Amino acid sequence: MSKRITIDPITRIEGHLRIDVEVDNGKVSKAWSSGQMWRGVELILLGRDPRDAWAITQRICGVCTTVHAITSVRAVENALNLEVPVNAQFIRNMIAAAHALHDHIVHFYHLSALDFVDVVSALKADPEATSKLAESLSDWGMNSKHVMAQTKEKLATFVGSGQLGPFANGYWGHPAMKLTPEVNLLAVTHYLQALEAQRHASKIVTILGSKSPHIQNLAVGGVSNPIATDSQSVLTVERLLAVKEHIDALAEFTRKVYLPDVAAIGAFYADWTKYGKGITNYISTPDFPTDSKGTQFMVPGGHIPDGDLAKYKPFTQFGDQYLRDGVEESVKHSWYTYSKPGALHPYKGETTPHYTDFQDDGKYSWLKAPTFYGKRAQVGPLANVLCGLAAGHQPTATYANQMLNTVSTLLGSKVGPEILHSTVGRHAARAIRAGVMAEVLGQNWSMLIENISKGDTTTFNKPVFPKGEVMGFGMHEAPRGLLSHWTVIKDGKIANYQCVVPSTWNAGPRDENDEIGPYEASLMDNPIADPEQPLEVLRTVHSFDPCLACAVHVQDEDGHEVVQVKAL
Amino acid sequence: MRVVVLGVGNILMSDEGVGVHAVTALADRYDFPECVEIIDGGTSGMDCLDRIADADLLLIADCMRKAGKAPGDITRIADDEINAWFKTKISPHQVGLSDVLAACCFHGMSPKKVVLVGVQPASFETSMELTPAVAAVLDQVVARLVAEIAEMGVQALPKAA
Repeated sequence: MSKRITIDPITRIEGHLRIDVEVDNGKVSKAWSSGQMWRGVELILLGRDPRDAWAITQRICGVCTTVHAITSVRAVENALNLEVPVNAQFIRNMIAAAHALHDHIVHFYHLSALDFVDVVSALKADPEATSKLAESLSDWGMNSKHVMAQTKEKLATFVGSGQLGPFANGYWGHPAMKLTPEVNLLAVTHYLQALEAQRHASKIVTILGSKSPHIQNLAVGGVSNPIATDSQSVLTVERLLAVKEHIDALAEFTRKVYLPDVAAIGAFYADWTKYGKGITNYISTPDFPTDSKGTQFMVPGGHIPDGDLAKYKPFTQFGDQYLRDGVEESVKHSWYTYSKPGALHPYKGETTPHYTDFQDDGKYSWLKAPTFYGKRAQVGPLANVLCGLAAGHQPTATYANQMLNTVSTLLGSKVGPEILHSTVGRHAARAIRAGVMAEVLGQNWSMLIENISKGDTTTFNKPVFPKGEVMGFGMHEAPRGLLSHWTVIKDGKIANYQCVVPSTWNAGPRDENDEIGPYEASLMDNPIADPEQPLEVLRTVHSFDPCLACAVHVQDEDGHEVVQVKAL
Repeated sequence: MRVVVLGVGNILMSDEGVGVHAVTALADRYDFPECVEIIDGGTSGMDCLDRIADADLLLIADCMRKAGKAPGDITRIADDEINAWFKTKISPHQVGLSDVLAACCFHGMSPKKVVLVGVQPASFETSMELTPAVAAVLDQVVARLVAEIAEMGVQALPKAA
């Protein structure tokens, strides 16, 4: 007997997602991923000055603000063939890396840990045993018995208050919860400490970006931060030294807390390395440019077909032809129409809404279905880490080995990178990438200081818009994966603009050939212990880091809603 | 004393962005002492957590859909009513904000007082402009925010025109 479960959103912010699954014999047999919000930002941009697009596109999403801003200026710079002073690259790189760390840490501790961590169980933990366990994993200074006991007390007060807010709906006591009370207490303790780590990340973005959550310092052609060693109002040495303190604190948390926690929790949920694989055609973009043209990158990216690292083909520069020519978007199952049949390249992309009801075999999503050379592709930190491993990128290899070794020790048996193609593997890959981001952040800081000390304070090259038509695309390895903005500019005004966002790649509906997308594929065969509490579906979907919390509506066979569970 | 004025909303969806428009106007028109921080929060939630934590007053401007109200109607709710409001799931930003407030509570760093000034929207169409009904009350919303801040004993100084 099959049972249909619908997981529907409760917000209208970007990332607004609905997941439907059919469950047969305790396993997911069919899945639909549906974007429920019409995103018309492309239409707002038509006819506008391309220099303003970044400030508008960073409003698309409350979680991914800076990444749209950076990708947008890159798109216009690509169209103009405009070089960007290296100081501006370093500043943008630091903002991007700090934002990525903020995102990864918040995602793990605030948004998805509750899929795995039973907060109430932590009340049964022994603080001393918790401290011992923590100290066996890392030499972090905030793992003492005293700290654990304090957390337990705080938690007891919070739970006792009865004002649990959204936590009240956590799946506590669910049969799929596997951590010991001590691991749960460890996770809760670090959840509280993650707030401080998060603060360091926001400070970096705020100082460099002049404002947050929406940065103010970008410009087509560079950044608007004047650099001076002796002025109060600009980016001074003093401010840069403050940035460095935040970088160091953030890097320490990443290495000593986030990475070991993911390894420990992942090891307890080793079962979940068998589920959630889905689409193994991966794409990721190289990022963190160190030259003005965007041909030298600190982190590699490219295409890995069939999950086979030996077939890795790198993207080598901004505007990379292999990437540019491979992308198309289908609307066969999306609430849009095109003026002609078939999928369209983003330069020719059209945004004409055509809403129908949710049709299982027809149209059911506001997301388009992108393909890379006709095939679905998965994006995200996992894709990026696999590209790093395939390319022999040292920092990626270092953090991946560290993660896999810790997991192997905890499990008492050797595991390799093959476990990464899974629900838990995506969390591990995100933590590995966070390790890399912490290094990238520190290195960009050093490169900026070194370049300034040579007397180069240039941060901006003035863009000049030609008569006639030019086109370009910007690429960025955002926290959720490959993000690209595509623009056509005519006589200095935007004539077309299309954003192909990571969630479109991963959460897109069926494509032109009715093939399912990465979210949908990853849900297949996931076990569902209790259809009234489909925690397992959330685990797999959350492993991709969709921007938001969802509400779960469980419907009976007739489609009547029988129970509503709010999920975190 | 620390007052945080947080404007939330998506300015790409017409009236949805009224909270952001309100705090932008507030910052354009008035000077405040250092104890007042004005944040254009957009649709970001967790990004603002550390700044909201431990505030004496968290003053939120947002759009707020409530049965029986006409576009442009202004509603004020505070403290306990806010928790109840979030449970009704009508404000588009409740997840971000209620998560942040719950996280603050867990940390033992809840703002001492929370006030929400909400405006009934007429439209969520894709547009960067407010509808006339909502644009017409923007000055009133700004005045309400100034008054709430004054309640805390903090005076706004009008900027020279």
